[in-house]
Amino acid sequence: MGTASDIKLIDENNIRLDGRGPDELRPIKIETNVLNRADGSSFIEWGGNKIMVAVYGPREAYPKHNQDINKAIVKARYNMAAFSVDERKRPGPDRRSVEISKVVSEALEAAIMVELFPRAQIDVFIEVLQADAGTRIAGLTAASVAVASAGIPMRDMVVGCTAGKVGNKIVLDLSKEEDNFGQADLPMGILPKSDRIVLMQMDGDLSVEEFEQATSMIMKATKRIAQIQREALTKKYEIQQKEQGE
Amino acid sequence: MTETKQIVIPGDEIERTNEKVRNGAYKCGQDKYCSEYFGIVQRNEQFIDIVPFSGPYFPRKDDKIIGKILEIGPSMWTVDINSPYHSLLHMNDTPWRTSAGDIKRYLAIGDYIYGKIMSINELRESWVTLKDAGLRKLEGGHIISIPAPKVPRIIGKGGSMVNMIKDATGTRIVVGQNGLIWLDGIPKNIMIAIDAIKMVENEAHTVGLTDRMEAYLESKKGEIDGNSK
Repeated sequence: MGTASDIKLIDENNIRLDGRGPDELRPIKIETNVLNRADGSSFIEWGGNKIMVAVYGPREAYPKHNQDINKAIVKARYNMAAFSVDERKRPGPDRRSVEISKVVSEALEAAIMVELFPRAQIDVFIEVLQADAGTRIAGLTAASVAVASAGIPMRDMVVGCTAGKVGNKIVLDLSKEEDNFGQADLPMGILPKSDRIVLMQMDGDLSVEEFEQATSMIMKATKRIAQIQREALTKKYEIQQKEQGE
Repeated sequence: MTETKQIVIPGDEIERTNEKVRNGAYKCGQDKYCSEYFGIVQRNEQFIDIVPFSGPYFPRKDDKIIGKILEIGPSMWTVDINSPYHSLLHMNDTPWRTSAGDIKRYLAIGDYIYGKIMSINELRESWVTLKDAGLRKLEGGHIISIPAPKVPRIIGKGGSMVNMIKDATGTRIVVGQNGLIWLDGIPKNIMIAIDAIKMVENEAHTVGLTDRMEAYLESKKGEIDGNSK
């Protein structure tokens, strides 16, 4: 979170800097099977975010002492390319990347049926090519699509969205300026069928009422995002079927 | 089994009346079943299966598979069977008279074998054998890989699809249950057979594929080299 600034992030008519209303999402586009060598892959554009995800596995976990004889280990690796932000980011993992890798791994593990693959490892590589706030949630949403396209069994898809407080109002899907200069940021990941929460973090301050308003806004929005995930997976096959003139 | 084209993603509830839900779905509520995979719903009167579009191969006992030798130990080979887990081939399960420490002569790293899954335990450790009719080291030829869930479509009812491709192109084809396929013949014909197999892989979820395959192979007849087995 940045310091307070003179920028008016939201005006009296509830219009935000980029022209959106308080509960409007930025445009989202997801594509699958973008990498031939990976078992599953996806590419997401969410606002200005451009993120590539590659999934490998399940395969035997190495080194052997990392193996869990009861289930597969989900290892997500979140990485920002040096050119993904305005000021060059030094390559390599930093504390923030390690944190995001951890929470995303745990979110995916809640959905993947890891108990079907003892001693195995599922690698999820999340490469941020262009960052525009909400990268962990965009990465998680794309990772879920990539894992499904790899044919790995899951209980449900994982959908993410952020909400936050800017100008004392609760808004959905923070943009870069809102994330930097706003008052609170709440990224959340859920399983849409059961509405169970698998990722939740918060920066800043929210009262209990504001928190509930933010979470309910996110829950509504995830239904729309889940539909985008579904279309990304199925569109290749529906077109083919239409062409066959079934 | 009639094939419908309903596509599901993980978490989708499966509509059913009285059929038993078999593979690819889990119980997600009182009398409700949800899909585990991104794939197609395959129904007949008794069963419903969810067949994923792609995914790893799960070894099962008695499956015939094509494997690649990865490592050589004193008395056994480690075999990559296109699965999350490697399989092991013990020297006593081969038709050759081997002695411990000298098994490299028979199978080297990178060699391919056509074997059978002999046993598998709860930790997904499996053993392969070459001691059965038709099982052998695969010499020469060309290996391609398709997702394991598509193998039944490549084989077809009673082998109809793969035999159609074999006869039309005059190639020898061995299909492993794990998704690896070995082809042998004249290179030009092998390429046509591979194109046909890729076509089945891409259109496995559609109906009318058998007819389209017949038409496709008919159209390629002019290119097929007649001097093959």
